[in-house]
Amino acid sequence: MSDQVTLKIDGISVSVKRGTTVLDAAKTINIRIPTLCHHEDLCVAGNCRVCVVEQTGTDRLIPACAMPAADGMEIHSNSLKVRNARKQIVELLVSEHRAECTTCYKNGNCELQALSHEYIIGENGYINLIPLKEYTIDYYSPSIIKDDSKCIRCQRCVRTCDELQGVGALTVSHKGSEMKISTFMDKPIYQVVCTNCGQCVNRCPTGALVERHYIDEVWAAIYNEKKFVVVQTAPAVRVALAEALGHEPGEIVTGKMVAALRRLGFDAVLDTDFTADLTIIEEGHELLQRLKRALKDKDPDVKLPMTTSCSPGWVKFLEHIFPEFMENLSTAKSPQQMFGALAKTFYASKIGVEPASMVSVSIMPCTAKKYEANRPEMYASGYQDVDYVLTTRELALMIKQAGIDFNSLADDDYDSIMGESSGAGVIFGATGGVMEAALRTVYEVVTGREVPFDGLNITPVRGVEGVREASILINKTLPEWSFLEGVELKTCVAHGLNNARNVMKAVRDGSASYHFIEIMACPGGCLGGGGQPIPTSSDIRKRRSSAIYQEDSQKVIRKSHENPEIVQIYKEFLIEPLGHTSHKLLHTKYTARERY
Amino acid sequence: MIKNLKRLDLIFKNEQDTEAILEKTLARSNEEIVNDLIDSGLKGRGGAGFPTGLKWRLAADDPADEKYIICNADEGEPGTFKDREILSSVPNKVLAGMAVCARIIGSKQGFIYLRNEYKFLVPGLEIVISEFHELMDRLNLEFRVAIFMGSGAYICGEESALFESMEGKRGEPRNKPPYPTNFGYKGKPTVINNVETLAHTYSIFKYGPDKFRDLGIKDSRGSKVFSVSGDTPIPGIYELEFGMTLQKFVDDFGDGDSKAVQVGGASGFCVPRKKFEKTIIGYQGKLTGVSLPTGGSMMIFNSSRSMYNVLRNYLDFFVEESCGQCTPCRVGTQQLLLGIEAVKRGEKPSGYLDKLLELAETMRLTAKCGLGQSVANSFSSIVENFREEMIY
Repeated sequence: MSDQVTLKIDGISVSVKRGTTVLDAAKTINIRIPTLCHHEDLCVAGNCRVCVVEQTGTDRLIPACAMPAADGMEIHSNSLKVRNARKQIVELLVSEHRAECTTCYKNGNCELQALSHEYIIGENGYINLIPLKEYTIDYYSPSIIKDDSKCIRCQRCVRTCDELQGVGALTVSHKGSEMKISTFMDKPIYQVVCTNCGQCVNRCPTGALVERHYIDEVWAAIYNEKKFVVVQTAPAVRVALAEALGHEPGEIVTGKMVAALRRLGFDAVLDTDFTADLTIIEEGHELLQRLKRALKDKDPDVKLPMTTSCSPGWVKFLEHIFPEFMENLSTAKSPQQMFGALAKTFYASKIGVEPASMVSVSIMPCTAKKYEANRPEMYASGYQDVDYVLTTRELALMIKQAGIDFNSLADDDYDSIMGESSGAGVIFGATGGVMEAALRTVYEVVTGREVPFDGLNITPVRGVEGVREASILINKTLPEWSFLEGVELKTCVAHGLNNARNVMKAVRDGSASYHFIEIMACPGGCLGGGGQPIPTSSDIRKRRSSAIYQEDSQKVIRKSHENPEIVQIYKEFLIEPLGHTSHKLLHTKYTARERY
Repeated sequence: MIKNLKRLDLIFKNEQDTEAILEKTLARSNEEIVNDLIDSGLKGRGGAGFPTGLKWRLAADDPADEKYIICNADEGEPGTFKDREILSSVPNKVLAGMAVCARIIGSKQGFIYLRNEYKFLVPGLEIVISEFHELMDRLNLEFRVAIFMGSGAYICGEESALFESMEGKRGEPRNKPPYPTNFGYKGKPTVINNVETLAHTYSIFKYGPDKFRDLGIKDSRGSKVFSVSGDTPIPGIYELEFGMTLQKFVDDFGDGDSKAVQVGGASGFCVPRKKFEKTIIGYQGKLTGVSLPTGGSMMIFNSSRSMYNVLRNYLDFFVEESCGQCTPCRVGTQQLLLGIEAVKRGEKPSGYLDKLLELAETMRLTAKCGLGQSVANSFSSIVENFREEMIY
């Protein structure tokens, strides 16, 4: 049987690999067939039926997203029969959707709205089902708002939560007219296993799942003269923000972003990359300390492998699903929370501002960061360390609200102190980045030499595979680290919580043994975070990733421990990694949670 | 030539020769048995009418090691209750059919997917199954049958939703292709047959394909068990030769005042009195008039019945029993129901019925599975034939 099949779509002959769907075959010849439930990151569902097409010789219409292309097929993607059916299907969806577009947060970025426009859905459609039913709007979570009245039951969120993330917080319940997307026992999402990763938000075609926005609160703080408002920006925001402002994916706009933030009125524009470097120092030393306890002191209580803790979605996932591994989580806080704790202590005293009058805002590619900022552990400064977390999307919206012509902005630099970063801090935004950054520092601490990789690029930990393993042989150590002589440091990098689950299962059953594991909740790491511009796809994530590594390679300083502001803060304030002040401000503890 | 079609007593005949029939059948080659089934003209009795022999052959041709045979006893179509009777009076025939199928396709495990409401059949079935297992051992056939209880959803009678349900998932139909004979339960090649179909295979093994072919007409061979209900003095289960006109059926079973017959349950067609003579109960063939396949549900309505109420009742059922995953079925069923109610109340003009007929056609063309596709059958046939009853 030949590997290729040849079919005709709208009269154009096309050859594709066997197994390719009609939808993808059409794409190769630039014929766009509309879809709603289809998403390239997810398995085929075939349930919205918007992509139906006509096949010569078949009475019924066939779903292009689910039908494999076959030899001799003659497909008509836009016949009258197809258009009529499609229009009726869109009309049906609109009839069960609270189509109040002007007051909807997703107005202008809604796939149903776009289709409704394309098919000219008028007012003489079907009976509006919305007033006839009761709907739940779940706005209790600090991260995500779920509005069932806007749900079109495409199940993208369910597939995201289940197969991409392996969480299963969202599921289908009931049937027929009562069918809906629900949670365990219909509980609000903040009470269930939801990790707040926001991958569902990134894929929801309508406004049924959106982030909880804090734009108005931030505006109020900026315009409150008694408040000093500091803002920090996460590594992955600078490589994606432009997308939300009409640019192609993969553009780095660090300087314009800083300029825009200053124009918005923030009193200090600082960089989460700085505390990313700090995380590397603290977490790297924590790893070394654990290795020392295990290999030198033969301490039976030490927990290895150590896993990273900067992804709040991953942290909550572990607290729910693998609470027995809580002690394996690095106690180091995430860069956002290290920043928050330092902003209202070290930084406040440095610039002579009362911490009580300081408002700390962060711009994150993430919805789980909103939750993290609200965790009860995150009051190390005596105040809520981070007051408001905005997603990349929210920042883009603020820039639009302020009437700023983003393109014409001249590049600007971060304020100091806590504005300087190394290339190692930048790559935190990509999967494998924390591992690479940590190895650059840890290897050098132990051996006094740079990691033995060309240009400091530890390519084995980079990439898009869901789980990657790499080991690095440590030799010719400095005298105090002689217990690591000849040790092969085994590392693992995973992104997407389903991959995380598989890695932790392997660790639990003993089929895998590592010293250090980096896990990011989102596919691609933070650059594919739940707070990033919509849409997302593997191609978009790849382009953001290239941008991040480009930013790293262009940095003068590539290693966290060489960041001069890091050197300075240890000298002036923290004294030493894992020291008393660090423990108070930069480390945290975890809470076991229920599995449902 | 007009054939005199008659009532029969084949399926329910109590025959105590299972072991002998199985021995005789299994002594023949797989190819011979399948050819007999194809020659007999037996088609699936669940309603869709797929040729049984062909289905077995497709599964047999798949090279997979692990295969399954499932007896679909989720009898959920409103107005049908024949599978219950077959399973309680002649389960041995059903099991024998499964055993032969297992040998042909190479399956070691079979299941009876039993409708939740038929729980009371379980104790009896379990005794029969354990005797059947002893028989399998005597015949050196490595084959076991287990009962799997459904949970009461109509949609789980749809074969791919049934597999999902058995796999512990939500009972939602799958995309097709792939088809069950290649990708069924647990992703393995699976033959899924209706209870009655399997029972018929027994008769074919015993009496040969020619005897079966002699019954019925053209493309509708053999006999069929009907569940007769509604306005009839003699409701119940009847085995009839296939191919009867609806007029003959009503003459035999009606109360003299029959105004319509719903053939094939809520998902079937409604035939008004004026079309009784031209309608044949059976599969599509080259006959004049219309032939209607059926899973065996025959509901007779006399002139005291409001067809609006009948339709509303069906739609109510579909609104609840749609699995809800695909748009045309989930929203379409609700719109049809609300639509006819709005027309009846005068809130929508009678012309709205035409928009609803278009919607029903779109559902037929685009719904993911047989449930959504067949809502149009009852809707369109009732609205078109009894339009004035919908309005006034």
